Amino acid sequence: MDTMFSAFETMAKFVSDWGTLAFDTPYARAVVFGVPIRGHLLVEGLLLVVILFLLSQKSYKPPKRPLTKKEVDELCDEWVPEPLIPSITEDMKYEPPVLESAAGPHAVINGKEVVNFTSANYLGLLGHDKLQDSCIKALEKYGVGSCGPRGFYGTIDVHLDCEARIAKFLGTSDSILYSYGLSTMFSTIPAFCKKGDVIVVDEGVHWGIQNGLHLSRSTIIYFKHNDMKSLESILENATHDNKRAKKLRRYIIVEAVYQNSGQIAPLDEIIKLKEKYRFRVILDESNSFGVLGSSGRGLTEHFNVPIEKVDIVTAAMGHALATEGGFCTGSSRVIDHQRLSSSGYVFSASLPPYLASAAITAIDVLEGHPDLITKLKANIATLHKGLSDLQGLEIVSHPESPIVFLRLKRSTGSTKGDLQLLEDIADHLLKEHSIFVATSKRSTVDKCKLPAGIRLFISAAHTESDLGKACESLKRATALVLAGQ
Amino acid sequence: MITIPYLTALTTYFSYGLLFAFGQLRDFFRKILDWWSKSNLQGYAPICLGLEDFYIRRLYLRIQDCFNRPISSSPDAWFDVVERISNDNNKTLKRTTRVTRCLNLGSYNYLGFAAADEYCTPRVIESLKQFYPSTCSTRVDGGTTTLHAELEECVANFVGKPAAVVFGMGYVTNSAILPVLMGKGSLIISDSLNHNSIVNGARGSGATIRVFQHNTPSHLEKVLREQIAEGQPRTHRPWKKIMVVVEGIYSMEGELCKLPEIVSICKKYKAYVYLDEAHSIGAVGKTGRGVCELLGVDTADVDIMMGTFTKSFGSCGGYIAGSKELIQYLKYTCPAHLYATSISPPAAQQIISSIKVILGEDGSSRGAQKLAKIRENSNFFRSELQKMGFEVLGDNDSPVMPIMLYNPAKIPAFSRECLRRNVAVVTVAFPATPLLLARARICISAAHTREDLVKALEVISSVGDLVGIKYFPAEPKKQQLEGERVKLE
Repeated sequence: MDTMFSAFETMAKFVSDWGTLAFDTPYARAVVFGVPIRGHLLVEGLLLVVILFLLSQKSYKPPKRPLTKKEVDELCDEWVPEPLIPSITEDMKYEPPVLESAAGPHAVINGKEVVNFTSANYLGLLGHDKLQDSCIKALEKYGVGSCGPRGFYGTIDVHLDCEARIAKFLGTSDSILYSYGLSTMFSTIPAFCKKGDVIVVDEGVHWGIQNGLHLSRSTIIYFKHNDMKSLESILENATHDNKRAKKLRRYIIVEAVYQNSGQIAPLDEIIKLKEKYRFRVILDESNSFGVLGSSGRGLTEHFNVPIEKVDIVTAAMGHALATEGGFCTGSSRVIDHQRLSSSGYVFSASLPPYLASAAITAIDVLEGHPDLITKLKANIATLHKGLSDLQGLEIVSHPESPIVFLRLKRSTGSTKGDLQLLEDIADHLLKEHSIFVATSKRSTVDKCKLPAGIRLFISAAHTESDLGKACESLKRATALVLAGQ
Repeated sequence: MITIPYLTALTTYFSYGLLFAFGQLRDFFRKILDWWSKSNLQGYAPICLGLEDFYIRRLYLRIQDCFNRPISSSPDAWFDVVERISNDNNKTLKRTTRVTRCLNLGSYNYLGFAAADEYCTPRVIESLKQFYPSTCSTRVDGGTTTLHAELEECVANFVGKPAAVVFGMGYVTNSAILPVLMGKGSLIISDSLNHNSIVNGARGSGATIRVFQHNTPSHLEKVLREQIAEGQPRTHRPWKKIMVVVEGIYSMEGELCKLPEIVSICKKYKAYVYLDEAHSIGAVGKTGRGVCELLGVDTADVDIMMGTFTKSFGSCGGYIAGSKELIQYLKYTCPAHLYATSISPPAAQQIISSIKVILGEDGSSRGAQKLAKIRENSNFFRSELQKMGFEVLGDNDSPVMPIMLYNPAKIPAFSRECLRRNVAVVTVAFPATPLLLARARICISAAHTREDLVKALEVISSVGDLVGIKYFPAEPKKQQLEGERVKLE
């Protein structure tokens, strides 16, 4: 008992001696604000031990529990997909009139002969003898299809000849052929515009260009339809604080004659703006090639702008040239780049050779007969004069555009109502007066917001009597349909 | 699956590395030389920045004469290849007037309709005279003629679906249909080796895209289960609809799709199936109706069937076949139908006539003969190539057979040597295939006779020895061994 007590006493004295030492040793003393503090080292040591202890503890995370197989099965069973297509409404059942003859200036529908204003055959080259002959020769020599993409034995000598002919006609160094008009724009734009580039585009462009813009993933800015002031202010905003112009590519995309409204883009002002702000211009000349300019060379000739100032020119050949397909033309650097990186050119079969030879013949005829263009211009002027006093509909297209666009003077308030009214007028024209016109139709994926209207495609093959009949019938039909509204 | 031997992989990497190093060196000197001469593009960024077209300038231009070879006759079994010469080391090539008559192993001419045909061509010329080469109008405006209506009915009957719609170009068919059917909030699951048109269409639609391993139904199931359980990214809402996109025959592998398993998986998980039969329609199957007939899949199980007319029918254009409601909806909304010029009438007549020949409705048995010939030719050619020791991909009955080359130097060697011996082949490299797996692709046609194939085999064998692409050991002649065994017994 005694020994235990004395052992305990010695231990307590030992500990207290150490404690006093820790407290009283010179380095265990500090003077803070004039107050001596003793034993701070001990406290700091204890603190350090506590910190280390806490750090070594695992932090609390709620445990991750992946879904079990049974739960995934349940989720898969419960999931109900939407139907593939929404339910069919009445207006989806619309069937266009079926032609029983070729789509020339006069066609046969349901056994009756009608005057055809829906085919974009501006120069009347459909059915021209020379084109038919060259097609027949090509069909006998090459068959119909080309059976391969351009890179793998799908390049036939007529393709190369056609590209050279187009380049010679327009005065550029080279051109490239696409096998479909719609794919021209949406393959060209992603080949040049990549992520991060800036594109300024008119809001009334057609779906092909819109799809190309979406696929290019660049920054897109729309300007008001054919409004140069809006374009200038947007260009000003886009460039005034941009110092990385060395790496950023900038483009302006416009159409020469807009499919959705018949307006003509003022190319001379656009070129001035382009040179001031250092942008490149991509021009879609589908509806102006073979129409505008004294020899049919398009918008550049119309405004007397040298074609080198426009960087890239594309066009679909399904309009004035009366074949199918499309082309793109520009400097050799631009064209060579597309031969390897334009997806619609590399991964798709080439144009059937008979269509390429028809294109060559069409350009030959166009060069040899510039009177076709004057006839077309005269026809357009006649129609404008005849339709100037139409009630209920007004002409909103440019007086020189080959697409005459008629819009309702007073809208019914909704696009659906407008379209219904216009379709009634078109139906009446077809059934009672044998005039075939088309209303503008929009797809659900099209972003263009321009109002709908009736389109007439004028051709150089239309005669005076055709145009006179059209004006008369339009006046009577609109009066009837709009009076009964 | 392609298993590349280690030594070949090493040498291929080394070759590419060497080409890359040389390319960089030349770029460096070009940059210095360009400093001296200023260009007039002040203030404009160049059309192609430095590394974007490095591959084109330094690698592709060296072997440019193997691609884009022009021909001056129809792409039949034998055709005329135009010779080209270069004065500046392959940077630009000029046409000459000399032609060489070569055996065509590269064009997509599976049933031999490429050249002027005795039944089809007179009818095509008739249509040309009656309807002119183009309608210059969209289908909804004034571009639908009686020929177009007949064509759509004919295609729907042939494929085995209630209705069909036809467009003027196969590429545009894919790019314009997928954005209409799938939008934001939907999921597209596509095979990893799908064609560029499907990839573009899927991107243009705005839907989320997921990829499953090539032709592996088990991986497809795994991806489907994961995606349905997780829902849309970030919000985890359930998907609106899911579509699985596969091809009938993959053009770079020559493989058939594992359609029965994929269709059963999609049925189980309620996903829609989109089948792209660009290469298989008309070429496989007992009566030429494509992969569904060959593998025994009911056409009602596949929701959307798409195909092109360029390969087996010798024409141009693409189609979509499905239920009547689907086709009605597409005709109302699809931009390719509303904005693009309708298919050229002579091309439409070619399709109708060739379908009639295939089905035997022209009164002769040429169609059945052609189908039997192409099957026989493909199987014969493939087995012979494999016996010689080449590494050939693809399944039996498929008319597309790629031969592996691997090394970048063997690509131009194979192509040029074959051309010297009057055989025209197609070689494919990056970016159409993965970097290491360059190949030569042979397309067999029903127009090839047995002699043509034997000649082709001789040429390929001798060039293969020269270039060194017989990666597998050749099979020894079997008859002598069997004779000895019989003697022993």
